[in-house]
Amino acid sequence: MLKENLNGKEGQIRIPSGCAIAGLFSRSGKSVSGETIVNAMTVMHDRSNGLGGGFAGYGIYPQYKDLYALHVFYNNVSAKEECEKYIDKAFEVINLSRIPIRKTPRITDEPLIWRYFVAPHHNKLMDSQLDEDEYVVRAVIRINTSFDGSYVFSSGKNMGSFKAVGFPEDVGTFYRLDEYEGYCWTGHGRYPTNTPGWWGGAHPFSMLDYSIVHNGEISSYDANRRFIEMYGYKCTLLTDTEVITYIVDFLTRKQALTLTEVADIIAAPFWSTIESKPPKERERLTYLRNAFSSLLITGPFSILLGFSGGMMALNDRLKLRSMVVAEKGDMVYAASEEAAIRMMEPELDRIWSPMGGEPVIVTLEGGAEQCR
Amino acid sequence: MPVDFMYPEYEIARNDSRCIRCRVCERQCANEVHSYEESGNFMLSDESKCVNCHRCVSLCPTRALKIVKSDHCFKENANWNQAAIKEIYKQSGSGGVLLSSMGNPERYPVYWDKMLINASQVTNPSIDPLREPMETKVFLGKKPERIERGPDGSLRNNLTPQLELAMPVMFSAMSYGSISYNAHESLARASRELGIFYNTGEGGLHEDFYQYGENTIVQVASGRFGVHREYLEAGAAIEIKMGQGAKPGIGGHLPGEKIVGDISKTRMIPEGSDAISPAPHHDIYSIEDLRQLVFSLKEATQYKKPVIVKVAAVHNIAAIASGIARSGADIIAIDGFRGGTGAAPTRIRDNVGIPIELALASVDARLRDEGIRNNVSLVAGGSIRNSADVVKAIALGADAVYIATGALLALGCHLCRSCQSGKCNWGIATQRPELVKRLNPDMGFRRLVNLLTAWNHEIKELMGGMGINSIEALKGNRLMLRGTGLNENELGILGISHAGE
Amino acid sequence: MKRVYVNEKWCLGCRLCEYNCAFANTGERNMALALRNLEISPRIRIEEGSDICFAVSCRHCEEPLCVKGCITGALSIEDGIIMVDEDKCVSCYTCILSCPYGAVSPSEHGAVQKCELCVKNRSGAPACVAGCPNGAIVYEER
Repeated sequence: MLKENLNGKEGQIRIPSGCAIAGLFSRSGKSVSGETIVNAMTVMHDRSNGLGGGFAGYGIYPQYKDLYALHVFYNNVSAKEECEKYIDKAFEVINLSRIPIRKTPRITDEPLIWRYFVAPHHNKLMDSQLDEDEYVVRAVIRINTSFDGSYVFSSGKNMGSFKAVGFPEDVGTFYRLDEYEGYCWTGHGRYPTNTPGWWGGAHPFSMLDYSIVHNGEISSYDANRRFIEMYGYKCTLLTDTEVITYIVDFLTRKQALTLTEVADIIAAPFWSTIESKPPKERERLTYLRNAFSSLLITGPFSILLGFSGGMMALNDRLKLRSMVVAEKGDMVYAASEEAAIRMMEPELDRIWSPMGGEPVIVTLEGGAEQCR
Repeated sequence: MPVDFMYPEYEIARNDSRCIRCRVCERQCANEVHSYEESGNFMLSDESKCVNCHRCVSLCPTRALKIVKSDHCFKENANWNQAAIKEIYKQSGSGGVLLSSMGNPERYPVYWDKMLINASQVTNPSIDPLREPMETKVFLGKKPERIERGPDGSLRNNLTPQLELAMPVMFSAMSYGSISYNAHESLARASRELGIFYNTGEGGLHEDFYQYGENTIVQVASGRFGVHREYLEAGAAIEIKMGQGAKPGIGGHLPGEKIVGDISKTRMIPEGSDAISPAPHHDIYSIEDLRQLVFSLKEATQYKKPVIVKVAAVHNIAAIASGIARSGADIIAIDGFRGGTGAAPTRIRDNVGIPIELALASVDARLRDEGIRNNVSLVAGGSIRNSADVVKAIALGADAVYIATGALLALGCHLCRSCQSGKCNWGIATQRPELVKRLNPDMGFRRLVNLLTAWNHEIKELMGGMGINSIEALKGNRLMLRGTGLNENELGILGISHAGE
Repeated sequence: MKRVYVNEKWCLGCRLCEYNCAFANTGERNMALALRNLEISPRIRIEEGSDICFAVSCRHCEEPLCVKGCITGALSIEDGIIMVDEDKCVSCYTCILSCPYGAVSPSEHGAVQKCELCVKNRSGAPACVAGCPNGAIVYEER
């Protein structure tokens, strides 16, 4: 079920939603089954309404870890043929297949769901004068904006997003996540206040290896959207997650800022807090708030940002959405509710609620693969 | 000629049972409307001189006075209305250009009044400004394209000079000469107290006010009156005035009788000589010339001050602004067709330019389309009347707004639109010492501070309702606006949806 | 002690202070009723020169000549305010002659009158100050 045959018109109007999120991360890079994160989402069933659920896993494609894994929804065969022509032109396709699913009566109307392991076509990449990542980003944006009936919903290396219209636990079953293993998982259950969600509109939203699950409704949306669209991004879904992902991509990949600096921009401290800091820190925070003022995000949000080798949990500056973080050995957990964490690990070393605007960043021991 | 006789527009209604013959009205009217007839112990009024400024009404201790619109009328005619007919008589008598003051009063649409602001319900919380921090501080100036790091990896502050405003409102340009010393002092002191800026206009900066330099924007206009090195260095920013909303395309004229004493000294022109600002800057006939002036001014001030370019909102404003955004200017101020003036030809004031709402929306959109919105900050002026207008302007894309008429109203102006006479009964648009002293800056500055403090509270309330706790998250946030009674074109230009959508 | 001070820089000579003073001391509720067709005799007066004007009223001197010179004890200092006891005043006008400011004047009822900071009338606080449109008369501690 893709956007053009949907009454809900996702991408044409903005739909606020409430949500549940959860995440797990192994600092030692230990592989954890996707089943764990699905179980965590199950106990937060009431935070979703069956109109969207999804997961992102990192380290799940070790055999293809140097290739971009494109996950694509197709409306029908002709859309697929059309889009594949483009994919073939732009990329070397090393492997392609349907993404394996397990039929369940609770997930219906599924589109064609395909996966491609690709590398940018060497000559095309040279001609474009872009770096590899930017090349892939532009191709993905191209498909999502100009190929009717095709939608790339995951495009990172050694990671993948899986999402659908349904309750998260059913989405996990549908995509057979128990058959995947990764060092990091994030999960999302959606509670849109509007008409049925569209498969592409479910979370996580990803761009390259960034994936975001988010609970909240940001009040700064249009200020952020109109700013970020100046830099080549197109917000086609009109969802918060989409714009937040682009912001993170812009600040980390294009501006080369660290994740802590990103948090200081998007969930900036209040001026009164900044005033109370020592002069150097005050100048740094003032600079970031001033130079990137249009990327401040207001309104409630709790997000889990997954990236290669790391995960960041962040709340809005007033902490208007719940989020709990916990540790046990090398494992780090985060979720909207403590119950979900206890489901993953009943005996915890430490559990706490991070302050509003205070990021919790975890990376693989010995440095993240690609910690930006 | 008898045809030149104009029946007065207003009548002075005196309730004689309340009048105690204190003669305050008589003493306070610079137009000499009121007089006392000793023999009969009664007050006379010559309404033909009345400009309806309400000075007498406001000071009458027994509320014995009111001004009413005369019901004397011409034969009704929807085409040739009263004003149109009278103007013909005036011009055929005088042979002169009609002059008016303050902003365009005609019935063009006020788009502020056709836009409504959003509020949060259920899906996200509104924020209570009494309990949570609510921030209205803004920085004006160019933002860096890329960050830079020092050798130790720390961020380098590569920002060009910025203006820091405690709230997104500034006082726009009004020259010393067009308004009084006391009005200037009120604006300067209020700016300092509020943490914002006022603007010298093209009249130079009186030496007494150099102490407020940190809160002063010094203007360089086409006549270059009062411009010298210390002047440029005195201000926090320099504004190049290319145009004014009330009179796009023409210059200014301060008559010689107002060029007296300190005004002549401050403007650096001889007493009694007319101060005529040419229509264009004669060293700016194109955009590349503007770039030269921008950089001349920056050179002259060692690149320590942001440069503002102020333009009137005219048809092609988006393209003009795009050119300015690439000229090295740090801030663009756009002045809508309702902006005020001390004097302008009536035809120009009432027929030239476009509404600020449309100009602002199209400039902001164009600069974003071209990816250069971060090159400049946008300041919108030209009839911002209240805090809701401020919020709407920022949601359309402004970084801050300029107000002037509102500030003058706070100082006592009653919008009688007779500034050009120089007989302002409220001590604002006059240089006559006995009138100037009617504006006590101790009171004037307090009223300005009160006004903007009240607006700031209201802005915070409106922001809190939208679930926004920092003003930067409102900038360009057009989803927070909905239109009512606007056609597709208007909605498209404003970049907003219709209410209910 | 709080006193009435004038700042001639801001005095417009509008004379509202005179009328507010006169009204406050009539005890009437309505100014029009109180002052219509009345030649007022206020305790504060505007002095005008060529281009200067200011209001003059009792300074409430710390060592007041009027009180010193009063032969009947009608003038006295109460809490720093110089008050008139009309019953004791015999209208000798010694105080009028001795006041260097001309702030004491004869009243319509024979006794002298002077500014008593409106403490005896319904205004309660100086009416001239409350009614000055330009902050030229202030009531403050200095």
